[in-house]
Amino acid sequence: MSTPAASVAPSLSPSRRAWQRFKRNRLGYWSLIIFCVLVVASLFAEVLSTDRPLVVRYEGQTYFPLVNDYPETVFGGDFESNTDFLDPFIRERITTDGNWAVYALNPYGPKTLNYFAKAPHPSAPTAENWLGTDDRGRDLLAQLIYGFRVSVLFGLALTFTGVLLGVITGAIQGFFGGKTDLVFQRFIEVWGAMPELYLLIIFSAVFAPSIGLLLVLLSLFGWMGLSDYVRAEFLRNRQMDYVRSARAMGLSSGQIIWRHVLPNSLTPVVTFLPFRMSAAVLALTSLDFLGLGVPPGTPSLGELLSQGKNNIDAWWISMSTFAVLVITLLLLTFMGDALRDALDPRKQDR
Amino acid sequence: MSGPVADPPWDGPAVGRAAALLEVRNLRVGFGGQDVVHGIDFEIAAGERLALVGESGSGKSVSALSLLRLVQNADVSGSALLEGRDLLQMSERQLRGVRGDEVAIIFQEPMTALNPLYTVGTQIGEVLQLKKGLTARQAQVASVELLASTGIPEPARRSQAYPHQLSGGQRQRAMIAMALASAPKLLLADEPTTALDVSLRGQILDLLSDLQRQHGMAVLLITHDLNLVRRFASRIAVMERGHLVETGDVARVFAEPQHAYTRKLLASRPERDLAEAAPAVGESVLSARGLRVSYPVPVPGLRGWFKKGEFVAVQGADLDIAPGQTLGVIGESGSGKSTLALAALGLLPFKGSLCVAGTDWHEARRSGHAKALRQRIQVVFQDPFSSLSPRMTVEQIVGEGLLVHQPTCTAAERRERVIAALADVGLVDDSSQGGGWLQRYPHEFSGGQRQRLAIARALIVNPELLVLDEPTSALDVTVQKQVLALLQRLQRERGLSYLFITHDVDVIRAMAHEVLVMKDGAVIERGPVEQVLAAPRHPYTRTLVQAAI
Repeated sequence: MSTPAASVAPSLSPSRRAWQRFKRNRLGYWSLIIFCVLVVASLFAEVLSTDRPLVVRYEGQTYFPLVNDYPETVFGGDFESNTDFLDPFIRERITTDGNWAVYALNPYGPKTLNYFAKAPHPSAPTAENWLGTDDRGRDLLAQLIYGFRVSVLFGLALTFTGVLLGVITGAIQGFFGGKTDLVFQRFIEVWGAMPELYLLIIFSAVFAPSIGLLLVLLSLFGWMGLSDYVRAEFLRNRQMDYVRSARAMGLSSGQIIWRHVLPNSLTPVVTFLPFRMSAAVLALTSLDFLGLGVPPGTPSLGELLSQGKNNIDAWWISMSTFAVLVITLLLLTFMGDALRDALDPRKQDR
Repeated sequence: MSGPVADPPWDGPAVGRAAALLEVRNLRVGFGGQDVVHGIDFEIAAGERLALVGESGSGKSVSALSLLRLVQNADVSGSALLEGRDLLQMSERQLRGVRGDEVAIIFQEPMTALNPLYTVGTQIGEVLQLKKGLTARQAQVASVELLASTGIPEPARRSQAYPHQLSGGQRQRAMIAMALASAPKLLLADEPTTALDVSLRGQILDLLSDLQRQHGMAVLLITHDLNLVRRFASRIAVMERGHLVETGDVARVFAEPQHAYTRKLLASRPERDLAEAAPAVGESVLSARGLRVSYPVPVPGLRGWFKKGEFVAVQGADLDIAPGQTLGVIGESGSGKSTLALAALGLLPFKGSLCVAGTDWHEARRSGHAKALRQRIQVVFQDPFSSLSPRMTVEQIVGEGLLVHQPTCTAAERRERVIAALADVGLVDDSSQGGGWLQRYPHEFSGGQRQRLAIARALIVNPELLVLDEPTSALDVTVQKQVLALLQRLQRERGLSYLFITHDVDVIRAMAHEVLVMKDGAVIERGPVEQVLAAPRHPYTRTLVQAAI
């Protein structure tokens, strides 16, 4: 039995103590830092990886190709069309004779076709394309950066909607029980029996594929597993003495759910959070792999994997995509472990 | 012997007594480098009844179970000679021969100690086949005989029953039959009666006594209940925080305890320190007439589709509690006393009338004043480990009532009131204890402290009536005494009324003005506490009172 005398100096606020517990898990803490850096970096992908220079100083004038379009004639070219800054001729014009240009760290966008590559496509990693190119001549690193961003944002959104729906439905079933529970359970059984993949195929034929549509469709089916766990937790917790005592205190059902039962029923939610997120990333990847996912042309990890399968000897495609996926999923799992420790106040504050 | 304790006074030299059956020397048990038992010595002669007594966390169960290496992840050292062979040096294989053969065990909770998938007869027969080499058929016959010897009615039929089909007392008898199957020389009984009702405790203990005499085996009884020790044991060993502080003959130790802790234990019977019983003046705080509470139960078969059966938990109860007085309700599990408490709190649908300070619950619900009524009647539950939400801080738990009933209170005022309420129940935020109590979670407090938190939570809304549902049953005796004293002080200072529900006659004697005896949902006896306990009229009350002595 622990007495207050035994634990030391917990005069910090509860959230500070939770943060302390999170930090104590070194693996999770560093995973969080690395993951945040990666996500933030990918949010600035348009600056880090683009085929347009950030700033050009040409014959006494400053240009910002990142925000404005300039015809080639501005920089001494022949055509009225938009400038291709990867063209060796243009590149030479804007970087010599006192002119200068600041190119992005990785001077390719996700859709940029490098017409001036020295090696045939798909090309192995070179000094120009650090991770090589895919079979259409697009830079792999740029694709991975943009694909990672799409996957992570999609994963976050899908996890959020899934958890929200799952917790709400689970809470209603578990807390009110009886007929409410019965009706909801039957509904879930019917709903869960719908062939999700066929629906996806049908919908992708009927509507123009888009990320928003995918999010809605996957959310419609993604909440059921979690809802069962939350329901079971609510069924267990609602008959505890502290709920009775809260009722005797005069709290309304809503207050009891929000203040008493929900915080004690979140263990499965938190435990599954990172796994749900990685499952969402994987779902998007596999749908893209099958060609049912994001609209064609959108950079995506699944599409890259499928390219890797079709060009099995271009090992850099499949290996680098695989590495990005593994690292993302690992980071998520490590963070999940630390999060679970942090949110359980019963863990000893050492 | 380590620690602050001097050599315990042995009850006479070992010479002249029968050679010890079990001789434990310098037994140490530790978990992860931290010792919980600090080198204890004791011995049991053949056919002797030794009681190992202590509060929770004193290491009594761990000491006994580690003799057979039944405690997981424990580092055990020292020696335990059973007829000259050291149990602690044996291989796992040799030890398996000893377990359940020469040394048998009875556990506290027979429901979990018996396998729910096998009949009782099969489980007893298994021991006989393993240890005595009987055939399945012989074992079956023998197990029926064993069940008969433990006094189970219709032993042949009961041996075909699964554990859930037996009552609590019968299950414990079956456990005893199982332990006796191998005719052990030593029986370890780990709190064998704690999970049972009071009137059954005496019966099981008498049974153990009888069987002990018949078989001439030694019994090591592990318990926290001094009444049981007095009734059963010939010698007592008192443990405190992993040290054996006193051993001796029961009569001698009870008459002249040597060690301060033993004296404290013996003095832990609850004391009566109440305001005088006053004749009801004015309106009663709680009054019930013809109170009836029932639960729907499913009816088997097709009929169950159309209608539900009914289980009546409380039938036709009348009661009145005067201001500043305590009504004690006593009864065994299943008697409907907890249901009565929940109905009084307005948490269960009921028939009849039930008024809190003159307002009927039905009336209050209809007119929408139920919330105001809830402020007047508050509750403290039995188990302080489940009655406080584990994810809320002390400040949130205690201050919650103010959020509901005085929403205008500012956060600063609320904190002040919380601190005052905690001080009222004897929890003073002392920086020498680490400080920051308000931000702590319930699991960081001991059982007694948690029960004080529950009382503070109830008191902060200034109720007139507290429903106390077995408030001290989960606590150690010394802590129980402190909590009861706190409740008595609060009653005197604030003129609170209590509806005090318990199964413990000693507690009711100390706490109640009036008493109500319940059995199977009905009130069978009522009256002033002195009268009911001194001269019980109903035979059931008489058994209850006698069982407590």
